[in-house]
Amino acid sequence: MRTEIRFSGFGGQGVVLMGYIMGNALALHEALECVMTQAYGPEARGGASSSNIVVSKEPIDYPFVQEPDILVALSQEAYTKFRPTAKDGATIIIDNGLVDPSAEDNTHGIPATQFAEYLGRRIVTNVVMMGFVTAVTGIANRESVEKAIEATVKTKTIPLNLKAFAAGFDYALEKELAK
Amino acid sequence: MSNRRVLTGNHFMNGDIATAEGAMAARIGFFAGYPITPSTEVAERLARRMPEVGDTFIQMEDELASMAAIIGGSLAGKRSMTATSGPGISLMMENLGLAAMMEAPCVVVNIQRGGPSTGLPTLAGQSDIMQARWGSHGDYRIIAYSPWSPQEAFDLTVLSFNMADRYRVPTLLLADEVIGHMVERVVIPEESEIEHWERKKPTKPPNGRFKPFEALDDDLVPPIAHAGEGYKVHFTGLTHDERGYPDMTPDTHQKLVTRLVEKIRVNADDIIRTEDYQLDDAKIVLISFGCTARSARRAVRDAREQGIPVGLLRMISIWPFPKKIIKELASNADTFIVAEMNLGQMSREVERHVSQPVVGVNHAGGEMISPEKILKAIKEVAGDV
Amino acid sequence: MSEMIVVQDHPLDNIIRKDRMPHIWCPGCGIGIVMRAYATAIQETGIPLDQHVVVSGIGCTGRVAGYMDIDSYHSTHGRALPFATGIKLGNPDLTVTVISGDGDLASIGGNHLIHAARRNIDLKVICVNNFNYGMTGGQVGPTTPTGAFGTTAPYGNPELPFNLPFLLAASGANYVSRWTTMHIREMKKEFLYTYSKPGFTFTEIISPCPIGFGKSNNIDTGLEEMELYRRRCELVRPGELPLDDLDINLIEDKPIYVGRFVDRDNPPFSPAKPKEEK
Ligand SMILES: Cc1ncc(C[n+]2csc(CCOP(=O)(O)OP(=O)(O)O)c2C)c(N)n1
Ligand code: SF4
Ligand SMILES: [Mg+2]
Repeated sequence: MRTEIRFSGFGGQGVVLMGYIMGNALALHEALECVMTQAYGPEARGGASSSNIVVSKEPIDYPFVQEPDILVALSQEAYTKFRPTAKDGATIIIDNGLVDPSAEDNTHGIPATQFAEYLGRRIVTNVVMMGFVTAVTGIANRESVEKAIEATVKTKTIPLNLKAFAAGFDYALEKELAK
Repeated sequence: MSNRRVLTGNHFMNGDIATAEGAMAARIGFFAGYPITPSTEVAERLARRMPEVGDTFIQMEDELASMAAIIGGSLAGKRSMTATSGPGISLMMENLGLAAMMEAPCVVVNIQRGGPSTGLPTLAGQSDIMQARWGSHGDYRIIAYSPWSPQEAFDLTVLSFNMADRYRVPTLLLADEVIGHMVERVVIPEESEIEHWERKKPTKPPNGRFKPFEALDDDLVPPIAHAGEGYKVHFTGLTHDERGYPDMTPDTHQKLVTRLVEKIRVNADDIIRTEDYQLDDAKIVLISFGCTARSARRAVRDAREQGIPVGLLRMISIWPFPKKIIKELASNADTFIVAEMNLGQMSREVERHVSQPVVGVNHAGGEMISPEKILKAIKEVAGDV
Repeated sequence: MSEMIVVQDHPLDNIIRKDRMPHIWCPGCGIGIVMRAYATAIQETGIPLDQHVVVSGIGCTGRVAGYMDIDSYHSTHGRALPFATGIKLGNPDLTVTVISGDGDLASIGGNHLIHAARRNIDLKVICVNNFNYGMTGGQVGPTTPTGAFGTTAPYGNPELPFNLPFLLAASGANYVSRWTTMHIREMKKEFLYTYSKPGFTFTEIISPCPIGFGKSNNIDTGLEEMELYRRRCELVRPGELPLDDLDINLIEDKPIYVGRFVDRDNPPFSPAKPKEEK
């Protein structure tokens, strides 16, 4: 089974890092094949940017995301641009503090930016979201993603990032329990 | 980052960085380059990594200089490499010819982007296939490999250094932007498991006259002496005799240039790398390489599910051309299809060697050819069979 | 015809590739004089000959590499400096000299020239300036005086020439000097001096090319041009003249300034090393 995931947002939100960390977790800490791609050049500047991963049990041939099974949107512009690219029945995950989804859309939301601000560093918004995505989709084990975070971010910032991840992850669990 | 030369372990890295780490693992000693998308990450990685282990990285003023510098570095005894793309590889063609003529082992990485000219700086191409083979003036041969994954970018960079040294020939890593920029798992083996082939050296100490261009072995590769080893060598881009002395006569030219070409031809079986997928009973032979081969494999798998007898020959080496293998496949095939991100370069080469129809699946560059497009071509051909 | 003198041993026997003689240079050409000064100088450096490397580009001057019986490299037109940069960085223990022509170094290789000087990389450059492209038959080049004739300037050179010492000084070379092929002793002494001087050194040698430049400009023989040097050369001490006054106009009756113009000790290029971790 081939699963396609697209992380999107505006420049500076750490969208590429989200793809990299999730890909790292899947490729190195789960027994899965995974490819990550991103847009380069004019496309990657300003506006809505994205990073993309394809996950599968088998070797991946075509490396690009065609119709995401999971779409993560951290900005309204990204949501508007990429929502139509997602598969029917795709899992749509948004920062619901920043994105106002269309009425009929069935989304999973977390105010990730607010969480990050509460933790004192807006810059970890993406990692809060990673925690939420991990819990909502179950695509990777929590430990795998945590290991990927530890291997990727600056050593000094590991505790903060793990806290951010936990915040997102726990929020998802609470929401699920509440349901 | 790490003071280790070989980053043994599992990594999630892109093809450019894997290429740089392949060079590290191959014990590169000298890198000279000039930034150009999409190859820049190779230089950036090596700029950080090489000094960690005491190797020399230099950013030159342009690609003419970069290519000239790595020849110098190589002839001073260091494994030397440069990396470029698009307009940069065109500038390097001048001294690629010099490397061929001086038989200076070196590795030239070309992360292909769309051309001609400035073309598509950030998007993929596979249209330097013929340039790699014929880009500098005159008759000569080079070796070229084309990876289809970051893992293979690592592996083939190591192999390129080994081949360059074994055959005293410039070797190109003809990757493409898709492979250069896509991130995938790369497993770097233990340092002791990385093959390292030494250059053939003079067997006698430096007295009398060593001939750096005298090939006495069947492989037609002369031993090499480096600057500072006492052999008082002379290297020139002019037509030269076995001592390396200029001798601009038709006979010497014929002898030298023929050997430069034959050296690769007689060793082709050792140099060529291909991979088969579902080829055993294939009536339709699909040929592809680099990133396009990934789509090709999916297309073959899908076509097989529909009962179409198609198989894939993935060219891992691009030059020398796998003439023998293609001829063998031709004995059983009805049609060849060549999928490549250019307007028909490799398909021309295939056409030269088979009598069957050769169908091209092409795109000028900028986006990968999709599996669907290749599948469609396979189905069309199968409908005719 | 003078009588042929057979000499058994020549002091430069162990350093010139005898098996490559006779050389290709025309009678009256100055390049041989420069090569001889270079060959003599490196024997006195105290650096073993097998640690000396010579690199040339393409041109009549470029042929020097082919005659020196040391590790010698005849690269492509204009690329001697980057090629030599590779050798030097590939094996920093070697002493690397670049000998090439004005066209090779300052025109097709001009970008490499200013950047090698900017880096102040430890290369010893000897530029034989004969004001034209000798090898290809007397075309004008980057040092040809305005108004001088050449086979591609039948109406006189419409362009302004480079003042090489000025260019090299501005680019960052540690050492810049100019001599003519008449200054045999100074040449050798100055070459020798450059081997004790780390960084990029540039020695311009004004040299007759009777076949290329001379023929088009009424300087019929090498000797005649040497005579002209003798008459017009003026020795300049460092700082005595502004560098931009050092241009040469061979075809007008103006002084030819020679001397050591720049002699400084800026740090030479050394490859990057990681910062020590604290
Ligand atoms: C790329 C290239 N362009 C042109 C030439 C032809 N060419 C050979 S030597 C030369 C000029 C050499 O002039 P200079 O460097 O002043 O040396 P000289 O012969 O005067 O000593 C030229 C243009 C060449 N060999 N390569
Ligand atoms: S053409 Fe000029 S530079 Fe060349 S050998 Fe003759 S005299 Fe010397
Ligand atoms: Mg000249």
